[in-house]
Amino acid sequence: MNSSAPLRTLQQRIAEMQPLRLDDRALPTAAGLRHLLPGGALRQGASYTVHGSWQLALAFLAEASTAGSWCGVIGCESFGAEAAADLGVALDRCALIPRPGARAVGLAGALTEVLTLVVLAAPDRVRSGDAERVAARLREHGSALIVVGDWPRPESELRVLASSWTGLDAGHGILTDRELTVQSRDRRGVRRHSVRFTSGTVAGEARAPVHRLVPR
Amino acid sequence: MTALPERTLACWIPDWPVHASVLEHGGAPDTAIALLSAHRVTACSGAARARGVRAGMREREAQALCPELILRPHDPDTDERHFGPVLAAIEEIAPGVDPLRPGLCALRSRGPTRYYGSEQQAALAVCGAVTGLGFVDARIGIADGVFAAEQAARSAATDPGVDAPAPGLRSVAAGAAAAFLSTLPIGRAADPELARLLHSLGIRTLGSLAALPEPAVQQRFGAAGVAAHRRARAAAIAHGVEVRPRTAPREYAVEVEFEPPLGSTEQLAFACAEPADRFVDALAADALVCTSLGIELLDDLGIRHEQLWEHPRRFTAVDIVNRVRWQADALPHDTEREGAGVAVVRVVPARTDRAAAHEPALWSSEPDARVHHRFTQVQSRLGHTGVGTAELGGGRLLTERQRFIPWGTERGGRPSGPWPGALPVPRPTTVFPEPPPVELLDATGEAICVGRDDLLTAPPALLRVEARPLAVRSWSAPWPLRERWWEGRPARARLQLVTEGGEAWLLIGAGRTWYAEGRYD
Repeated sequence: MNSSAPLRTLQQRIAEMQPLRLDDRALPTAAGLRHLLPGGALRQGASYTVHGSWQLALAFLAEASTAGSWCGVIGCESFGAEAAADLGVALDRCALIPRPGARAVGLAGALTEVLTLVVLAAPDRVRSGDAERVAARLREHGSALIVVGDWPRPESELRVLASSWTGLDAGHGILTDRELTVQSRDRRGVRRHSVRFTSGTVAGEARAPVHRLVPR
Repeated sequence: MTALPERTLACWIPDWPVHASVLEHGGAPDTAIALLSAHRVTACSGAARARGVRAGMREREAQALCPELILRPHDPDTDERHFGPVLAAIEEIAPGVDPLRPGLCALRSRGPTRYYGSEQQAALAVCGAVTGLGFVDARIGIADGVFAAEQAARSAATDPGVDAPAPGLRSVAAGAAAAFLSTLPIGRAADPELARLLHSLGIRTLGSLAALPEPAVQQRFGAAGVAAHRRARAAAIAHGVEVRPRTAPREYAVEVEFEPPLGSTEQLAFACAEPADRFVDALAADALVCTSLGIELLDDLGIRHEQLWEHPRRFTAVDIVNRVRWQADALPHDTEREGAGVAVVRVVPARTDRAAAHEPALWSSEPDARVHHRFTQVQSRLGHTGVGTAELGGGRLLTERQRFIPWGTERGGRPSGPWPGALPVPRPTTVFPEPPPVELLDATGEAICVGRDDLLTAPPALLRVEARPLAVRSWSAPWPLRERWWEGRPARARLQLVTEGGEAWLLIGAGRTWYAEGRYD
């Protein structure tokens, strides 16, 4: 038991130091969200799951959308356009499919050719074959998928454990800042992070010390 | 001596605005009618003129002179619109009609003269075409140049230098135009201001103006003076032609009839592919593109389904077929009835633009063709509103502030206005299109409402959303939202709430009923 603890520490350090090269399959990711993801960025061809927060899911679109890519939100009837615009999503390059019906997964696959990032509200049941087909298309076209809900074999699984708001009190005040405690489960293991939102956008503070090469 | 202007035939219908008004609103042209603009008479019928009513008179004055006078507002568009058929009737007789203004048009007389044998015959043919439409007081004038022809048409048969070979026909011999014009008052050729000035200088007839040397007129009166001087001398214009024929308007609408009526949308789309091509090609031949399109579907019972479609750029044939398909899909389908379907499809251009304004730029400014292709595919599966983008709008409620714009429909701009009372940042990520009702209870389980003093009647303790009880941790003061009280809309209030679990909600309520407007998800 005593020998396994330093061993695990060593393994972890190796895993952290391994991708010591410029990542050419990385997608632009907001600075405040990089520490959530393995490799420090969204990767082309990967799928991610987010449980418990649409704001977090839409925040992942912001940087790529600002950089000129097309994004898509599939299956979200109650899409808050203003909140998305506040996060930095360009609304004229953000395709919305509010009611895809039973074809949600098929559409997500079909649109990966033109949409760099797709946010999908997970359907009730996803067949593993469908998910494989979508994954193949994602790899082929270099896009990424963010699923709000369950999805088989994601690159990283983000789960909001707690959300705390500041600014509001008993009978006065107004919501201002939000702090999310997010648990990530990926090849780095299970970790806890915190993400801060101030005035509707991700607060971009450099939390993790820079010890690897991460493209912007 | 400069060359003589071309022989010109002018057709004048006196009191045209009155005729147009009678065609538009009914009545008889021989009753006393006056048209008003800014409380002054702009045109009146012959009967009104006989009672002393004149153009430029004040409304009260005209009514005092002729109490039974029918007064109507003057609408220049009506004049223009009803003059179209007159021009078309003359174009049947002789081509190349120049519409000078509603009620007056001119054409070169050389062609019709050769065709009909003489000027008089040509003039009679034109006169017959116009009187055939019911305008019996139409006058034709023939003289050298447009101005002289117009003055000839307006002259009396007894005026010096005028021939009146037939009623309604006035002719001034070739080369005699200057002599004919010389006795006319100066106001016919010059605008009122210049005419007043010339009058005060003692120049009262066109003849005395024509007698002045042109350089002197130019020095003293400028371009307006030279134009009046040229008209008075009946001189030919220096360059080009005086009569500029209009291009007859073309019909671009296409219509397809089906016998028997088509029930299937796919069949309809297939049948419309060729007419859609024809429609786009006809527009392209005139260097036009269509940016807004009206589609009319007439079903077998004769019920008309019309819809106007906008396009952010321009309609191609494929776009038109898609619009027909979506519109046909939206028709109510009655499976009981045999042979039900669409009998007639009519595609009408509602707005066109110059094709030059829609050429693709060197670095294309349009969205990626691949994006467009994919989204159109999705639309053909899910329908027109299946895919689109969001646009921010103006308003106070969250649902008013965002609009869903289907793909292929023009995005508008954001309406201006500060919208006081709109929600400040942060704004909810989840905006319910149909706000679900929620219950807001105090510690004793009593429903809470906003009192007269715009405060909550009790501190909230429990929020119940879809039978899910959530303990309230903190809440804001209610923000009153008083909109359209003049329409009887009740005053409402907004409330931000954070629950013990960290969920943040935005509620909107009137009285004791609360709805979840959005959620900070």
